[in-house]
Amino acid sequence: MSTRELFTLTNRHFKTSVGITAAIFVVTAIAGFIVLPFAQPWVQFANVWDAICSAAGVPQRAASVTAPEQSKRMSEVVLTSNTLSRPSQEAIGRGATLAQRCAICHGPTGVSRADSPNLAGQYAAVIYKELHDFRTGARTNAVMSPFAVNLTDQEIADLSNYYAYLPRLPAYHPTPQLPKPNIVIYGAPMRGIAPCGACHGSLDNKTGSPWLEGQSEAYMKAQLQAFASGERRNDISQQMRNIARAMTPQEIEQAAAYYASQPPDVVKAVD
Amino acid sequence: MLVNRKLILAHFWLAFAVFGIALTLGAWQMFIRSPIGTWLSNPELYYRSLTAHGTVMGYVFPTLVAMGFGYAISESALEQRLVGVRWAWAGFWLIVVGAIMAMVPIALGRASVLYTFYPPLIGNVFYYLGVVLVVVGSWIWVALMSVNLRVWRKAHPGAPVPLAMFANVAGSYLWAWTAVGAALELLLQIIPVAAGLKATIDAGLARVFFSWTLHAIVYFWLMPTYIAYYTIVPRAIGGRIYSDSMARISFILFLVVAMPIGMHHTFADPQVGAGFKFIHSAFTALVALPTLLTVFTICASVEIAARLRGGRGMFGWIGALPWDNPMMLALAFSFVMLGFGGAGGLINMSYQLDASIHNTQWITGHFHLIFGGAIVIMYFAIAYDLWPHLTGRELIDIRLIRTQLWLWFIGMIVTTFPWHWVGILGMPRRMAYFDFGDPAIAPQALSVTLSAIGGFILLASGIMFIVILARGMRAPQVDAGPYRFALAVHQPTTVPVALNTHALWVALMIALTLTNYGYPILNLALSEGTSVPAVYVGAQ
Ligand code: HEM
Ligand SMILES: [Cu+2]
Repeated sequence: MSTRELFTLTNRHFKTSVGITAAIFVVTAIAGFIVLPFAQPWVQFANVWDAICSAAGVPQRAASVTAPEQSKRMSEVVLTSNTLSRPSQEAIGRGATLAQRCAICHGPTGVSRADSPNLAGQYAAVIYKELHDFRTGARTNAVMSPFAVNLTDQEIADLSNYYAYLPRLPAYHPTPQLPKPNIVIYGAPMRGIAPCGACHGSLDNKTGSPWLEGQSEAYMKAQLQAFASGERRNDISQQMRNIARAMTPQEIEQAAAYYASQPPDVVKAVD
Repeated sequence: MLVNRKLILAHFWLAFAVFGIALTLGAWQMFIRSPIGTWLSNPELYYRSLTAHGTVMGYVFPTLVAMGFGYAISESALEQRLVGVRWAWAGFWLIVVGAIMAMVPIALGRASVLYTFYPPLIGNVFYYLGVVLVVVGSWIWVALMSVNLRVWRKAHPGAPVPLAMFANVAGSYLWAWTAVGAALELLLQIIPVAAGLKATIDAGLARVFFSWTLHAIVYFWLMPTYIAYYTIVPRAIGGRIYSDSMARISFILFLVVAMPIGMHHTFADPQVGAGFKFIHSAFTALVALPTLLTVFTICASVEIAARLRGGRGMFGWIGALPWDNPMMLALAFSFVMLGFGGAGGLINMSYQLDASIHNTQWITGHFHLIFGGAIVIMYFAIAYDLWPHLTGRELIDIRLIRTQLWLWFIGMIVTTFPWHWVGILGMPRRMAYFDFGDPAIAPQALSVTLSAIGGFILLASGIMFIVILARGMRAPQVDAGPYRFALAVHQPTTVPVALNTHALWVALMIALTLTNYGYPILNLALSEGTSVPAVYVGAQ
């Protein structure tokens, strides 16, 4: 007998195996798509088709549920590791002209003498995101917001490229270099805190996270506290808020002091 | 009739060499995240090691064993020189090149994505291309197995295909089809992103594709072991296969039901409908069937051996078994580990119970017990059994072989039992660091330490295994005679077409894949807005 004769209804093995397989499939499908959906007292289905669609995973928009009203704006920036990755010389030049307005706080070389953040050599994606957030109001600051509201997309991109281009200089308030505290290299796994260094350099760097070496201690402390209290909320998916909320005040102090004391040359190279 | 011994030995040696490396990494991982090791302070190194360990142990090592064993089966069971030897070497070299191509970016820290790929995490494109080459190399083997069987059939029209070859080809078809899921994920989704052609990826769809591969791949790993159960063990201990048809039915059932159940790996995923999860869960229950059939048939076959040796009584025959025979020992250990592992598997496959152990150390404990334990110990046994026929030299260290098997068994129990336990306590898997000083997890420190000690026992056993085989290459020459497989109590003279060919079962396998995967894949592939930006390993 050949295989061709196998695939005929007169073959006992063919009939039985296909029959059993089909029967099992039909029974499990009825159970999974009709019986079990209706067995859930907490879900209401309009009809059988509705139940089948739900069990099959057809995307549905529930009519009765409306999205909760957002009292504050969220960040709308989408970052990929390709964001602004190849700037032109002209873009950097335009950025340099625009940056003259920023120098009063952020320093003419991109290193601040006040407690404003240093921008020299910061990742372009980071500056790009923060300026966008200031412009939309996802992040607010009495001094910074008025500067950002009138920037165009092009200007934001140019500024980001310009600052990313500047060399990383040592900050104005260097302290003796401190050893790495636990929170920076281990995090606190039991409280769901990943190591700071896993995103902000030291161990690894993730798109959209700034490097922090040499930033002002007061500034970093203030930001962590703002994240913890929910006053600052432009972090995508609450990445920083979740961490800052779980940090102890002492850990906040340690992390801020540690990063402030580091020279910029320990930052991992970009691209 | 083993003619192409070099080819087979090359596969085995490469398999065991990469196994040795990956085993060492495994023991190091155990140590470094246990309380007895000091933390590295760089989790990236841990994930680098984990990616290498998983990629080798999951893709490279078992595939090479299945291939080498498959060529040996084809030549000796069919008593026919291998057709397509050049192709076979080409497949081998593709795997060598692929493995190196994948390992370089891993070693450089450019592909620490773990062997399950984890999109939207994206590593260096050469890592994925290397994995693709390994799979393509193994597909050559699949084709050769099919071709060799066909050539044999031409020469022996209507004759029953020897069981070992029937099972071997079933395993190769299963692999060919199950690898398609991961291949689609790599070629359509991941590689375009890794090569910079796209910047977003549908991670949910990728997980569904991967689940297509992930379950049946474990039965592909299992195939050499089951072939050894049926066709080597009874011969080695002086018994016979209790039922040839039962054996064929088991392998056929694996072919049909191993495929349409992979979504039991996505129970916790929101992108898959609950109805499909239920169907996959129900079909998963069916996959216990061939294993139960096998346990029954093999126990009966072993009993036959015992009674032939003069064993008496209801259980008295157990004492009459040749316990000093390494094959007997390996089988017993394998069954014990399969039993415990299988019991754990029942928990994983139930939708509700799975929630409590999902992504915990229980899972790693479970698959090490089944895969590293029950399956790999039979790989050792296969190698020991074949070695004299491949090298023409005797394996003289029988006592050392027994010690090695004992150590693997004890090591695996010591490693995996506490591993399961901490999983139940909620310890997550794939974490590089645990702060055992924290009172919340301090009680788990003892169990994790035990696991790490078990890991070192395993490492010792693995080293012994390689030493035994290496010494076997220099032992005195013997004529081991032709390599034979076990005979059945009733050796078949005719077999119904359905049990002598694979077509019907392959058709059912593909049909069930379409019913159980078709809609979920189309739904995700055609929906808008399901992609997310890729996250590149090591990118800023
Ligand atoms: C032949 C034996 C083995 C096989 C087939 C095997 C296979 C695997 C696979 C596929 C993974 C998954 C990797 C991942 O989660 O990405 C893994 C993880 C792991 N293996 Fe093995 N392995 C074996 C032996 C060992 C041994 C002997 C040890 C210890 C001495 C070990 C320790 C580990 C550890 C610690 C992990 C990581 C678990 C986690 O962090 O989630 N493995 N193994
Ligand atoms: Cu599975």
